[in-house]
Amino acid sequence: MMERVVSFFSSLGRPTLTFFVHLHRFVLLVLETFRWTIIAPFKGKKVRWRATVEQAVRFGWDSILIVTVIAFFIGLILAMQAADQLKPFGAEIYVANLVAVSLTRTLGPMITAIIIAGRGGSSIAAELGTMKVAEELDALRTMGLNPNWFLVVPRFVAMVMMLPALAMLANFVGIGGAYIFSVAALEINGVRFINQVAMALVMKDMIVGLVKTVVFAMIIVFVGCYQGLIVEGGAEGVGKSTTNSVVISIFLIIAAEVFFTALFYSTL
Amino acid sequence: MAKEPIIKIRDLNTYYGDRHILKGVNLDIYEGEIMTILGRSGCGKSTLLRHMVGLVRPASGSIFIKGQDITRMSEEEMTPILKKMGMLFQGAALFNSMTVGENVALPLKEHTQLEDSTISIMTRIKLDLVGLSGFESFKPAQLSGGMKKRAGLARAIAMDPDILFCDEPSAGLDPVVAMGIDQLIIKLEKAFRMTIVVVTHELPSVFTISDRIAMLHEGQIIAVGTQDELKNSSDPIVKQFLNREADDSELDRDKYLDSLVRN
Repeated sequence: MMERVVSFFSSLGRPTLTFFVHLHRFVLLVLETFRWTIIAPFKGKKVRWRATVEQAVRFGWDSILIVTVIAFFIGLILAMQAADQLKPFGAEIYVANLVAVSLTRTLGPMITAIIIAGRGGSSIAAELGTMKVAEELDALRTMGLNPNWFLVVPRFVAMVMMLPALAMLANFVGIGGAYIFSVAALEINGVRFINQVAMALVMKDMIVGLVKTVVFAMIIVFVGCYQGLIVEGGAEGVGKSTTNSVVISIFLIIAAEVFFTALFYSTL
Repeated sequence: MAKEPIIKIRDLNTYYGDRHILKGVNLDIYEGEIMTILGRSGCGKSTLLRHMVGLVRPASGSIFIKGQDITRMSEEEMTPILKKMGMLFQGAALFNSMTVGENVALPLKEHTQLEDSTISIMTRIKLDLVGLSGFESFKPAQLSGGMKKRAGLARAIAMDPDILFCDEPSAGLDPVVAMGIDQLIIKLEKAFRMTIVVVTHELPSVFTISDRIAMLHEGQIIAVGTQDELKNSSDPIVKQFLNREADDSELDRDKYLDSLVRN
């Protein structure tokens, strides 16, 4: 009996302990990255700008097509669904409000973040994980180069710059999708639609949207890097970490979205 | 050898979880010698090497490099020491996203203020030295195992280190290529007066390159000496290793069958 009780508690305790060990190391990674990005440049250890631009091209430029296409479809879907509901009241013009507000406030940033978590976050985890397995991270250390400074900082800076830009693009293209549907299928005047969007959008939505994407960018980079840096055990470990990085980032992105929505828009 | 050793290891203890890996290791390595650390797989020799380059911190004990205890150092304090050390990893650990030339140039780019043109000349000199001239623009994936090791060696000596560490330099290579790597190591010692620490279990390699040999067994140094001293050692473990004898494990057939059937 006693043994069962002990094993019950140890089966509870071990995962809890592992969780806190990971949390601790994750927080250290985040703090150290901030130190290398913000404080170290003043001590002569500059951010590697060339590598940062390379990463920015990879996360930003290379994702433009996929983000555009998906945002366009999302705008189209929202417009169709909204029109279906609004038509009985003869209020089709409010499609513009609905699409513009839901995209800029939530869907634009969130969908973009989820796409980039799948595309960029997973590749960060796979890349760093493979480097770890091949002792490349150790090689950096023995050269007196901190892997965090060398690898994490450029990815961090690039992602924080690129994700807000991509989210803005997604907002714009999504509204464009709704515009095309409204003009073509609902026979709404194009100028009226644009005026309606301009009335519906307030500065707060834009700013909150941008702040959120910065947070999402950090989630994607830090989860991806952390998962890469903790890889153990060869190719299988890399695969596991890559999957984990996507699942965990998407979970955290949506959880953060709930938090932001409650903070800025809840009427409670 | 009355002079002060360049690397001095004192009472080094290390654990992986509950396992006691290094049990009070003491070792002196002198300037300009090739010291081979010999031992069976899992005896802790790679771990010992990782301690010497500061990748792992010991539970207790000290490692003095040129008189400074690196086990108590912060990362910033360690950097100038690391710049004067090079490490060749078992799998070469070249950065796969960079070309061979970029790999060799990396420490120079990050640690010196040299012009790009100077760096590219120095890179070519190092690659030439290891017999890889003309391979600057190749990616590591395009190289054979032996060539990767050579490129790794070129990168390790890019900053003209005082001390070079090699983890299993000839493991997994055919005898001819392995011999080439061994000769390269000797050449480096002779030409640059480098202190070289090699971890290996390849006997032919050991007897080609070593000035002195330290034998590590179950986390302890059981013998240190020149090649002849070790060959004449009366220690049964040293003898067994050098004569390549298998462990005594005569199988009792009945007992073995019994152990399979029993649940």
